[in-house]
Amino acid sequence: MNIDLLVKMANEISAYFASEPDPEQAAKDVAAHLRRYWEPRMRRQIIAYYEERRGAGLSELALRGVGLLAAAETANTPPL
Amino acid sequence: MFAIDYEDLGTPAPVEEAGPVTVEIDGKPVTVPAGTSVMRAAALAGTGVPKLCATDTLKAFGSCRMCLVEIEGRKGYPASCTTTVAPGMKIRTQSEKLAQLRRGVLDLYLSEHPLDPAGARTELRDVVETVGLTQTSYGPRPAREPMPRDESNPYFTFDPEQCIVCSRCVRACDEVQGTFALTVQGRGLQSKIAASQDDPFLESECVSCGACVEACPTTALMEKSLIRLGQPEHAVTTTCAYCGVGCSFKAEVRGDGAATEVVRMVPSRDGHANHGHACVKGRFAYGYATHADRVLKPMIRKSIRDEWREVSWDEAIGYAASELRRIQAKYGRDSVGGITSSRCTNEETFLVQKMVRAAFGNNNVDTCARVCHSPTGYGLKSTIGESAGTQAFTSVAKADVMMVVGANPTDGHPVFASQMKQRLRQGAKLIVLDPRAIGLVRSPHIAADVHLQLKPGTNVAMLNAIAHVIVTEGLTQDDYVASRCEPESYQLWKELIAAERNSPEAMEAVTGVPADFVRRAARLYAAGPNSAIYYGLGVTEHSQGSTAVMALANIAMVTGNLGREGVGVNPLRGQNNVQGSCDMGSFPHEFSAYRHVSDPVVRGTFEREWGVGLQAEPGLRISNMFEAALDGTFRGMYVQGEDFVQSDPNTHHVTRAMESLECLIVQDLFLNETAKFAHVFLPGSSFLEKDGTFTNAERRISRVRKIMPPKAGYEDWQVTMLLSAALGYPMSYRHPSEIMEEIARLTPTFAGVTYEKIDRLGSIQWPCNDAAPEGTPTMHVHQFVRGKGKFCLTEYVPTSERSTSRFPLILTTGRVLTQYNVGAQTRRTDNVIWHSEDLLEIHPHDAEVRGISDGDWVGLTSRAGETVLRAKVTERIAPGVVYTTFHFPETNANVVTTENSDWATNCPEYKVTAVEVVLVNQKDAWRKRTAEERAMPRPARRRTRDPAPA
Repeated sequence: MNIDLLVKMANEISAYFASEPDPEQAAKDVAAHLRRYWEPRMRRQIIAYYEERRGAGLSELALRGVGLLAAAETANTPPL
Repeated sequence: MFAIDYEDLGTPAPVEEAGPVTVEIDGKPVTVPAGTSVMRAAALAGTGVPKLCATDTLKAFGSCRMCLVEIEGRKGYPASCTTTVAPGMKIRTQSEKLAQLRRGVLDLYLSEHPLDPAGARTELRDVVETVGLTQTSYGPRPAREPMPRDESNPYFTFDPEQCIVCSRCVRACDEVQGTFALTVQGRGLQSKIAASQDDPFLESECVSCGACVEACPTTALMEKSLIRLGQPEHAVTTTCAYCGVGCSFKAEVRGDGAATEVVRMVPSRDGHANHGHACVKGRFAYGYATHADRVLKPMIRKSIRDEWREVSWDEAIGYAASELRRIQAKYGRDSVGGITSSRCTNEETFLVQKMVRAAFGNNNVDTCARVCHSPTGYGLKSTIGESAGTQAFTSVAKADVMMVVGANPTDGHPVFASQMKQRLRQGAKLIVLDPRAIGLVRSPHIAADVHLQLKPGTNVAMLNAIAHVIVTEGLTQDDYVASRCEPESYQLWKELIAAERNSPEAMEAVTGVPADFVRRAARLYAAGPNSAIYYGLGVTEHSQGSTAVMALANIAMVTGNLGREGVGVNPLRGQNNVQGSCDMGSFPHEFSAYRHVSDPVVRGTFEREWGVGLQAEPGLRISNMFEAALDGTFRGMYVQGEDFVQSDPNTHHVTRAMESLECLIVQDLFLNETAKFAHVFLPGSSFLEKDGTFTNAERRISRVRKIMPPKAGYEDWQVTMLLSAALGYPMSYRHPSEIMEEIARLTPTFAGVTYEKIDRLGSIQWPCNDAAPEGTPTMHVHQFVRGKGKFCLTEYVPTSERSTSRFPLILTTGRVLTQYNVGAQTRRTDNVIWHSEDLLEIHPHDAEVRGISDGDWVGLTSRAGETVLRAKVTERIAPGVVYTTFHFPETNANVVTTENSDWATNCPEYKVTAVEVVLVNQKDAWRKRTAEERAMPRPARRRTRDPAPA
């Protein structure tokens, strides 16, 4: 899929959760949202982009959220 | 004339029912609620009193003097319609004196309006027969200038020669519809009914709801279809297939089987959503169902550049299934998906998502609700725990304050708007949040107390500012919040909202609304005591759509406006079954009743019921499918009753995605814009041709009943079954009631729903289960569905779509009363007489600086595309904002809308597009260019027209 669009979507999700005062919780919320609503190929693509391109263009919170997502995918943690 | 099988009781039931009162009518004891009229009491006792000016949808008027009765101990002959019962009252409805009086009155009527012996059956004729007067004693009527018949309205006639000036039409327009378009003009024998300033109906303020036609006791106002087709033979109760109000109708028909003809649609007076009212679409605009454009034979083609080839159902289904399986074999299991429709029934949408999950083997199912109310599901689920509106429509009758946000009820939900207007005329306060002066802002006897004419895209900023006033001025309901909401989330939200950056003064530059307006609105809403929120797509279709829904729920919680009648947060759903299609598990991440596919317990119940393993991962949303199609990982699609080439944003992007599909299967009534990219076309069935249920905006499940056999041979649910069987996953339902039984087994909120119960109760509002066996009109009464209400944080994040020097105006979109969504239905009716093209509303200032006059052709350009349409110069829209509708493919307003979407749900941001508008001199060249840009080759369709069912 168009990675620019996925980056934009991840940043918009992060922009919402940015108002959470606890930064760790905010990153967890971003990761949980991606895990809960993004189809696996979208998740694989954003994780690959995060790992290969260091997530260029992702906001700071989105970066942390995708990082947590990558870890959760590796650990196969359920989204609920 | 009211419905053929309806027994009119003369006057409405008392509004506030008090204790029973027993009276004696013609010697028989009758017990009725206090406040009941003598006329109604007599009718309930089976004793009809002759009447002409009375009908039970209107307040008693007491003008015709036909309903006189005798009451023991009272002087004279009181009108039974305006006299209420009193304990021990002894009433006589028949006596020689009464008969003499009635004959005398009727004699006068007939002297002016002699009955045509061969004329239609009317209430006047019934009264003549009851009273026993055959002709007038006054001799021939003096010669006078005949009054011409008004044939201007496409759906009904007005013949003033037949009018007895009973005022029922005037009162229906006032009391029921609330338009006040009719009046009695002149005095005495010169008095007559006039529309507006004695204009033809078509040119008057009349909105063609038909209430006057139904109320008329003579042939003065009559449906043209009734005149053309003759008296109906029987009636079938069903549910309208237009907006989310879900009006109940009596379809009055002639003939049977394939020869069945709908004579007229009459709103059910016992309809729980509409209470006997209708709008121009539901009552009159059903002609599309028999329009010549209907495609009644399945068709296939190898390439979208080939001609269509009519084939048998077997061949079409076989080809579709083999293509889907070929694609999956080549590109993988997840390379195909399906789309359910909010225009189809619950049972049909349930089957489509079942087929995708069980037969396709993935969760790539989505619904057109994605592009309208998906943020409602997310926002309300997150805050109060259920993805649905909280109230019944009747709740509005107890609202003291209404806050209407991003909705235009008089156009989009006209029957509910009439209920709102009735309450507003009784004195309820009105707050409107909208960039445009919608109809409710000022209409006869109604004016918004505050109109917050905010800039498009600033809903969250505005709602935060309102919340700021409530929080900082101490207008919160602390006891309510303490007992019903999460204290931690409340504290966090309160700190955010109380920050100075969210004050009305700080937000003034963002929203464009003076701070004192915002403060007034906030105080009004918080004061209530019953404040109700009604909102529409002007809330959801934004990049912060879900945030705005959460903001609305927060405001309702903090002021204690949830959990009883008269309050609530109420999404006005655009299409007839938006609520239902969402309930049925049409979203790619959840099963019915909004349960995530990864939940092993929930998934297990479906796997056991369906006998197949199911995926635990969310599937693709519609917009994701387009992206996946463009990158080559998504190649096949089954689309039931949805036209996203016209309805979804950024048309060029959508059409490129469609072109890249190897198999697109479209099931629809018409060869719509999406079908131009299809390889298989499966004829759909209209709402008149199938059984099922719709769920309206108030969670009300109502029956759709088959009036006639499907014109193409199959109901839509049967077509899905055929396709599923061809894919190797047979289903064996004999009737949609069996699908509902399965829905009930799998869906906790539908656990108690059966067709038998719906038939018995008339309709059911879910949740319907052991705890609420007859349904739930008001939700969250004792606690929120999620337990404690959660205040979600709603920081304002501006949309990335901004006006620039190149695109200095902001376009927002909506719809008009007489057209509906992409217009597939209404464009194929006489409704085009009112609205035959999309118009661009532009403020006089913006028009003047561009040299644009009313009616000029203008080019509308955004970064996504361009189109051309006519300008309508109006002050309804604020400077800097333009507005259009999306009803006509010739305009295709979505060519200019962008890919921006709600952060949580990807609902498109239709309501905010930066555009420029220019005067166009070479309209045809513009239109040709824009048409070429979006059009695919359109080979002539080779088929032989056969209107007979297959």
